[in-house]
Amino acid sequence: MDILSNLALGFSIALSPWTLMLALIGCFVGTIIGALPGLGPSNGVALLIPISFSMGLDAISALVLLTSVYYGAMYGGRISSILLNIPGDEPAMMTTLDGYPMAKQGRAGDALVISGVASFYGALLATIGLMFLAPMLSRVAFQFGPAEYFALYMLAFCTLGGVGSNNQAKAAMAAAIGLGIAMIGLDKTTGMPRFTFGELHLMDGIDFLVAIVGLFAVAEVFHFIESHGKNSAIGVKLGKITIPWRDLKTTQGAMARGTGIGFVAGILPGAGASLGSFLAYMAEKSVSKNRANFGKGAPEGVAAPEAGNNAAAGGALIPMLTLGVPGSGTTAVLLALLLTLNITPGPLLFTEQPDVVWSLIAALLIANVMLLILNVPMVKVFVKILSVPSWVLLPGVTMVAFVGIYSLTGSSFDMMLMVAFGLLGWICRKLDIPTVPIILGILLGNAMEDNLRRAMVLSNGDWTYLFQSGISIGLWTAAVLGFVAPMFLRRVLKKPPIPATESYDRD
Amino acid sequence: MAADRIFGAVMIVLALGYVLSAMNIQTSFMSDPVGPRLFPYLVAGVVTLCSLIMILRPDPNAEWPGPMMVLKIGTALLLLVGYALLIRPLGFIIPTVVVSAALSYMISPRPVPAALAGLGLGVGLFVLFKVILGLGLVAFPRGWF
Repeated sequence: MDILSNLALGFSIALSPWTLMLALIGCFVGTIIGALPGLGPSNGVALLIPISFSMGLDAISALVLLTSVYYGAMYGGRISSILLNIPGDEPAMMTTLDGYPMAKQGRAGDALVISGVASFYGALLATIGLMFLAPMLSRVAFQFGPAEYFALYMLAFCTLGGVGSNNQAKAAMAAAIGLGIAMIGLDKTTGMPRFTFGELHLMDGIDFLVAIVGLFAVAEVFHFIESHGKNSAIGVKLGKITIPWRDLKTTQGAMARGTGIGFVAGILPGAGASLGSFLAYMAEKSVSKNRANFGKGAPEGVAAPEAGNNAAAGGALIPMLTLGVPGSGTTAVLLALLLTLNITPGPLLFTEQPDVVWSLIAALLIANVMLLILNVPMVKVFVKILSVPSWVLLPGVTMVAFVGIYSLTGSSFDMMLMVAFGLLGWICRKLDIPTVPIILGILLGNAMEDNLRRAMVLSNGDWTYLFQSGISIGLWTAAVLGFVAPMFLRRVLKKPPIPATESYDRD
Repeated sequence: MAADRIFGAVMIVLALGYVLSAMNIQTSFMSDPVGPRLFPYLVAGVVTLCSLIMILRPDPNAEWPGPMMVLKIGTALLLLVGYALLIRPLGFIIPTVVVSAALSYMISPRPVPAALAGLGLGVGLFVLFKVILGLGLVAFPRGWF
């Protein structure tokens, strides 16, 4: 009964008033971030890392605050999907398919409640799954040597690039750009500067937070200016919120299936919440008795993807915590958070800092209950916030990005670097080059090189050492499959289009 | 088509520069079998390969902004760079008011709401970050008060 005693330890830390308050603030802010179109879990968390770091929060507090934001954003994304027909963040895309038609039929309140409960269901079960699976996986991870870690990083890049993009060459290019940027700075083994061009600011390398905030938040600003900041008014009526017990009962199955699919998708490196909600929706569409109604406002079509996306959010934490390999853009950002806090994820985290892991898990369980309360009875508060016009929101986001980097590094050079990354992010978006592999490359580049070099030291320069153990052969195979298979699957699995909105007003 | 090809060509040039720069990395006496140059070479190799694929098999073109939009994006870029340079000497409030009002105007060209948004954000964010969250921001240029 290790888990119970560990959980008790976690709750003993997480139940302090200070941590509870942070979790509540995190949930609230996270839901807002998720709900606002253009701000999602990854750029929201990215914006908040430098700020929470400059506030001098200790590791556990910062972790509780930002993972609450992460879970909250997963909940919040559905609000604008349902009311505006604009996904508040990428994983909430599938929720628009049935959520918006439901809202048009005057059932906006029902859709919000069903999706809120589905989110709770998915996130809760996934957190419990995390509790059991993560310690098990961390025991397997103890057998990983440098060769296995190198293969694991390859797997992360391959599946992330393969699954998350439309063009393999562009995904690989993005990963290589990130890895190349990570090389800048002093080489750890020899202590020699690389690619610094005599610039003192570059000796320490490029701070990954600068890159993340630039690529995720500042790029969004350029994109918004270009798209004229199309605002969509809330075109549907939201009456009194009542709980549709009957629908909640009939969607039980959809929620359970969505949770299972989402959880597995979340654990796989590179897949993440977007794929989780997509697969959950498609699977539900093919097994549901109500399948004729899908796309026309079926409650199952709201419940399955929401359960899937929140379960994936929990599942994605497993490889991130036990192996240090993030499965998605947002967990990449959370990995950046851990590294900033000087917490090295990996199997040792569970044995050496159990207080960090278990208070995080306890905080996630608490945050989930808070989020259910915030997102079902109090959802109207967030609907009000959705009406913040983009001409206030966007300058605000920009300034928050600057304040974060400024108070973290205090250097104009880093702020200009952030703007440059913003421009790069905008160009990549235009060219359909995914930016998440760039981030992952910057985050993992040094560890990846380090493991390669250590493997070569162990084997005295024999390259076949990389493919010798059973684990590494398995990882390499999975990497190749993860990179190549989506090329063929892409033709089979096409994303259904978002339903048309009639009320676009140009602001 | 053209966009992918241009990007690919630029990346090949960058990869070449990267290799040249990597060739000049000094190795010290305590090196390992791999050394500090090999990984950068591999990275440059992947970039070159992907660039060639982008040049040979480009995706259909994305919609590119017209000259007006390029001007607008350029202005936004200048504003942000200027902000990065001025926030230290001028303090937080003045640059924030000016830049956020300008960005707001670019999104929705109405002067009065934009000015109000700028003022509100400049003062509001300062109060939030400095007073409530306790970050180390300076309100005005040194020597004003």
